[in-house]
Amino acid sequence: MSILPYLCAGWICLVGLYGAITSRNLIHQALCLTVMQSSTYLLLLAIGYVKGGAPPIFKGVKLGTKAVDPVVQALTLTDIVVSVTVIALILALGLDAHKDAESIDPDELVGLHG
Amino acid sequence: MNLVLPLPVAIPLLTAAFLVLTDHVAPRPLQDAVGIAGAAGGTATSLIVMVQAQAGEQLHWFGGWQPRHGLAIGIAFAADPLGAGMASLATGLSLLVLVYSLTYMREESRIFDVLVLVFGGAMAGFALTGDLFNMFVWFELMGVAAYALAGFKVEELGPIQGAVNFAVSNTFGAYLILLGIGLLYARTGALNLAHIGHALTVSHKVDGLVVVALTLLAVGFLVKAAIVPFHFWLADAHAVAPAPVCVLFSGAMVEIGLIAIARLYWTIFATPLGAHHLELRGTLIWLGVVTALVGAVMAFLQRHLKRMLAYSTICHAGIMLAGIGLLGSKGLAGAANLVLSHGFLKGGLFLVCGLVLLQLKDIDELRLHGAGKGLSAGAVLWAAGSFGLVGFPFVGAFLGHSLVDEGASATGIEWLQPLLMVAAGVSAAALFRAGARVFLGWGPRDDDLLTEEPPESPSEQTANAPLMASVAAVAIVLGLVASVVPGLEQRTEAAADRFGDQPAYVQRVLHGKPLPGPSHREPFSVKNAPGSSWGFGIGSLVIAVGGAAFGLWRRRLPMLARDAADRWLGPGVNVLKAAHSGIVGDYLLWIAFGTAVLGGVWALTLR
Repeated sequence: MSILPYLCAGWICLVGLYGAITSRNLIHQALCLTVMQSSTYLLLLAIGYVKGGAPPIFKGVKLGTKAVDPVVQALTLTDIVVSVTVIALILALGLDAHKDAESIDPDELVGLHG
Repeated sequence: MNLVLPLPVAIPLLTAAFLVLTDHVAPRPLQDAVGIAGAAGGTATSLIVMVQAQAGEQLHWFGGWQPRHGLAIGIAFAADPLGAGMASLATGLSLLVLVYSLTYMREESRIFDVLVLVFGGAMAGFALTGDLFNMFVWFELMGVAAYALAGFKVEELGPIQGAVNFAVSNTFGAYLILLGIGLLYARTGALNLAHIGHALTVSHKVDGLVVVALTLLAVGFLVKAAIVPFHFWLADAHAVAPAPVCVLFSGAMVEIGLIAIARLYWTIFATPLGAHHLELRGTLIWLGVVTALVGAVMAFLQRHLKRMLAYSTICHAGIMLAGIGLLGSKGLAGAANLVLSHGFLKGGLFLVCGLVLLQLKDIDELRLHGAGKGLSAGAVLWAAGSFGLVGFPFVGAFLGHSLVDEGASATGIEWLQPLLMVAAGVSAAALFRAGARVFLGWGPRDDDLLTEEPPESPSEQTANAPLMASVAAVAIVLGLVASVVPGLEQRTEAAADRFGDQPAYVQRVLHGKPLPGPSHREPFSVKNAPGSSWGFGIGSLVIAVGGAAFGLWRRRLPMLARDAADRWLGPGVNVLKAAHSGIVGDYLLWIAFGTAVLGGVWALTLR
């Protein structure tokens, strides 16, 4: 099994994190979180990958056929669904920030501190 | 197969769905009644599960996918008394919140009740589940409901900032958790907690991968538990969320993060990392102590009452983590008792804040100077709630503190309790000072030590103050008596013993075997709490009263003492204040930094 997907997952996670930390735009920040999230997909799919494995659809397939792990795919799907909700919520908050403050720069929202 | 077990989750979630479905169709009183009945149903069923669980973990394999030959493919709820107790606390607090909000938060939107029910149900699911990925799903569900509740008043700017900081920080934490889950699945091929723990124990392979997974999972849950340096979002979220929502944040959600740490340690890592429990104990206790002290000092520097209570929550979360971090059943039992008493007391104090905002139209300690003189119910409740958090003998948090104390001295960490005493005392001092200023009019009207926060718009006038005050009183009384409920200490300790018994847990979950009978040993009783616990309780009260007096009248100190205090404490205070910048990018950086440090320390010590 190649180590490349794991390195990629780590790299994507760090890139997304860097973007989210330095972001001056709430929409951009939400997308950076999505980037970070895609590292989790990559990691999960890499874990379940089997070289030469068929897709995990077992109808009409002989027992003992090599297949990739369906569990991680189910986890990935669940993760997509759950995280879409979170990202939608952050985007909605960005919309409200624009309505109230005419700005979507998180650094300009500072009322709370100390 | 226990058929009651899914109900604490199912009832609130189905009720929430029903409320959305019948919105604008059913009359308002009917909807209110259904919502409250749903929360009450969730509370009652979790209490039933808690009682059942004393005989052994209660199991429910969804869809009947029971494990065969110790191989778990299905998803299970596995309830032990502590988990079920946490679920009862979460659903019970959401019941209190719904009753409190019968006349409050009404004009805003009907969606409030729905979100509270979803939030409570998701927390119950998190506390009851025995599956790692299922934990993540409940974690995200409770997160979504919580972010929406924090930013409930979106027409103001403060709530948006608070909700964004909260959502972004916690989402980052959630992704770390998911990465950790992936790594553990890669190593063990399992998602069931018992199965993962068993597989790791059998394989004897504790290498870098396991340590990285441990770090990622721990950090993700420590973000939720608001442990320094992952705590920054908490104060922002609490400052802007409506008071009843803060009850759920402080009383249950933060503790959910802590119970996750305890659950992961004892079901997965305790045996494989058994040789390194000293190093793990050291890091967890230090995280707890630093959190407790930072939270206490920051609470003392606040003038926004909800933000002050939020920092006090951070302080108490640190104390609980120190209890859990002792990695023994005494400390865990102490933490569990603290969760119970703190949940009700802090919840009650937040409800008093809602009352103050309703009647005095402000939530700022200095602007409210003396304004609360006519508000006797609020004054009494505030004083009682703050007093309960001190840990004075036989009141409120005392039982938890003395169990932690006993656990600490049994493991030879005598220095722990004095530090926790100082933290509890200083955070209570902030509450005493605020109470004296608002309700008695003591002290000056201005204080440049305290940071001003944006004001909160007062709630609607239709709210029924006596109803709100009585709900707050119920919560605070429940919190105050938590130390002296007969039999509670023995039951919690037995539950903590069971919580920490990994082999029995594996046998029970994977093979369905009944548990061995409880070990007979001298149970701890609060009546013969050691003298040191008495001393710490009283010392904490002395610090609290002294600190409050210092906060109120420090200008009367001689010039020399004030100068010295400025010179020695000033720089530290400024650094602390500057660190809590309110900018979400900074918070993410702190989390990343904390992850690197924690991972580095564990990579060096756990080998």
